[in-house]
Amino acid sequence: MAALGYEAIQRNPKYQQLVRQRSVFGWTLTAVTLIIYFGFILLIGYAPKFLGIPIDGSVMTLGLPIGLFVIVSAFVLVWIYVARANASYDTLTRAIVEESR
Amino acid sequence: MNRFKALAGAALLTAAPVFAYAEGIDGGPKQTTNWSAISMFIAFVFLTLGITYWAARRTKSAAQFYSAGGGITGVQNGIAISGDYMSAASFLGISGLVYMSGYDGLIYSVGFLVGWPVVTFLIAEPLRNLGKYTFADVASFRLGQTETRILAACGSLVVVAFYLIAQMVGAGKLIQILFGLDYWMAVVIVGILMIVYVTFGGMLATTWVQIIKAVLLLSGASFMAFAVLWHFNFSLETLFATAVQVHPKHLAIMEPGTLVADPVSAISLGMALIFGTAGLPHILMRFFTVSNAKAARKSVLVATGLIGYFYILTFIIGFGAITLVATNPAFLDPAIAASKGALVAIKGGSNMAAIHLASAVGGNLFLGFISAVAFATILAVVSGLALAGASAISHDLFATVIRKGKVDEQAEMRVSKVATVALGILAIVLGIAFENQNVAFMVGLAFCIAASCNFPVLLLSIYWRGLTTRGALIGGLLGLGSAVIMVVLSPAVWVVTMGHPKGSAPFPYDNPALFSMTIAFVGIWLFSVLDKSRRGTIDRNGFDAQFVRCQTGIGASSASSH
Repeated sequence: MAALGYEAIQRNPKYQQLVRQRSVFGWTLTAVTLIIYFGFILLIGYAPKFLGIPIDGSVMTLGLPIGLFVIVSAFVLVWIYVARANASYDTLTRAIVEESR
Repeated sequence: MNRFKALAGAALLTAAPVFAYAEGIDGGPKQTTNWSAISMFIAFVFLTLGITYWAARRTKSAAQFYSAGGGITGVQNGIAISGDYMSAASFLGISGLVYMSGYDGLIYSVGFLVGWPVVTFLIAEPLRNLGKYTFADVASFRLGQTETRILAACGSLVVVAFYLIAQMVGAGKLIQILFGLDYWMAVVIVGILMIVYVTFGGMLATTWVQIIKAVLLLSGASFMAFAVLWHFNFSLETLFATAVQVHPKHLAIMEPGTLVADPVSAISLGMALIFGTAGLPHILMRFFTVSNAKAARKSVLVATGLIGYFYILTFIIGFGAITLVATNPAFLDPAIAASKGALVAIKGGSNMAAIHLASAVGGNLFLGFISAVAFATILAVVSGLALAGASAISHDLFATVIRKGKVDEQAEMRVSKVATVALGILAIVLGIAFENQNVAFMVGLAFCIAASCNFPVLLLSIYWRGLTTRGALIGGLLGLGSAVIMVVLSPAVWVVTMGHPKGSAPFPYDNPALFSMTIAFVGIWLFSVLDKSRRGTIDRNGFDAQFVRCQTGIGASSASSH
């Protein structure tokens, strides 16, 4: 348990930086996720034939790489968040915890 | 109109194996007893019972029972989450859907996956930093304990109940067809094993059952997809070209078909899948089993990777089944094949596509393996559900609401064990009672309630200063109530289950998440803003301290087991 109260932590510029960065990043990535997914859904709803366009000379259609992109993007977005959190947020958090003792 | 009904129906089919199994086996003959499958399943049961014995000796405290003492590593938890989430419905239902409709199957796997990034960015770390055993710990952190716990426990128990019934009925039908056992016997076996794992081994045993199941399922599915690709010399072009040639819809299987048309219905379903994932109590509970927020992050990364990989496999498996199952008379019913064509003549219905493919690529022994894996899959999912339900009863209702937190750990654990046994017996009874009911809507309803009650309360309690106890209680109940009412009035229940005439359903959409989530959020906001009570002021004033802990983890329960 921290020796200082939460008010002191709130005044710590590092805490303010952490909260700002993480909120902006987290909500931005959430928005990107939702845009990709609902974009895909709307494409299916309004332009199914677009997804059915064959890739030259193949039975495979544009829908396959696009669907694969949505699946892979979910993982990549999570990976980006985790990589940044490990690199930056954890260091900030440790510093805040240290300074609150 | 018809097209979006088909969409919702297909979504439920993938979400709930039951629908499809029920359809698949109606009037069909029970299979002869499959001994290789049974012996492999028995081996799985002995292995997991051994683990339960080992886990039981380490499960002495409440922390160990609910959260395995926080001693699960990030990678282990990630595998267990994937094991908790990849149900037999995902495996058999989605590969069956790909078999029947091609590209459309992909649409649903994507929906089931996309909830995970949202969980990562908004829920996973705050959950770990603020909670101890259940998501109600987080929701009630600064709110009135009694009201919020009752609401969260209701949300959890209703979700668990619907999900559990769907799994039990699905298990009974599936095992009947795979193993040649009677329906009631299968339901009783699943119920008893679930009780044994959870009461004796708690979260530790449940976690390892889920890990083993995930590894078995992913290995089996990988082997099948590999075998399919090998068969076509690793040329996707040849695989798809052969499937297009064989399938009666030909090129149409390579693009979105009849399943999706109406955007409102598609968006509503998408919202239920995404935000429901972030409100499922048995999934949220898994984040308390790791030691800190960093491990919680790592868990979701591993889980998202495995689940995404798995859905890519099911797509290949579905196309493999088109080429290798629908062309092999051994897997087809000759009478149906003669009248309606080979594809729909598949023995046991489309949900058996992956099972028949196992036999086609790996012979009888591999068929037994995949059947045993399907059984193990159900066990892992129901165990997670039972543990989540029992925690809501013992930790939220008994310890906090009834005893006001003044209870010793041993008494709380006894209550949770009794609750597990009671839930298990209830699940068996309901599983048998619902044998001949169409329970297809239940998993969809569970996701919808999780998205409309649990998720809004949880999200706003973490991020919105203005949330008050009264707002959470009224808004959460409105979300819960509206979700249930709209589902009952939807075609899936009103027409299909209750037997009213087609087209008479008072509510046009099968999945009302778009509407019930709006009602919940607006209700929570409105009744919080209007709340001028003293409790409301306490709730708002508590936000800063909570937010500091949420962001930094300072003061977070360190559940580590040492």
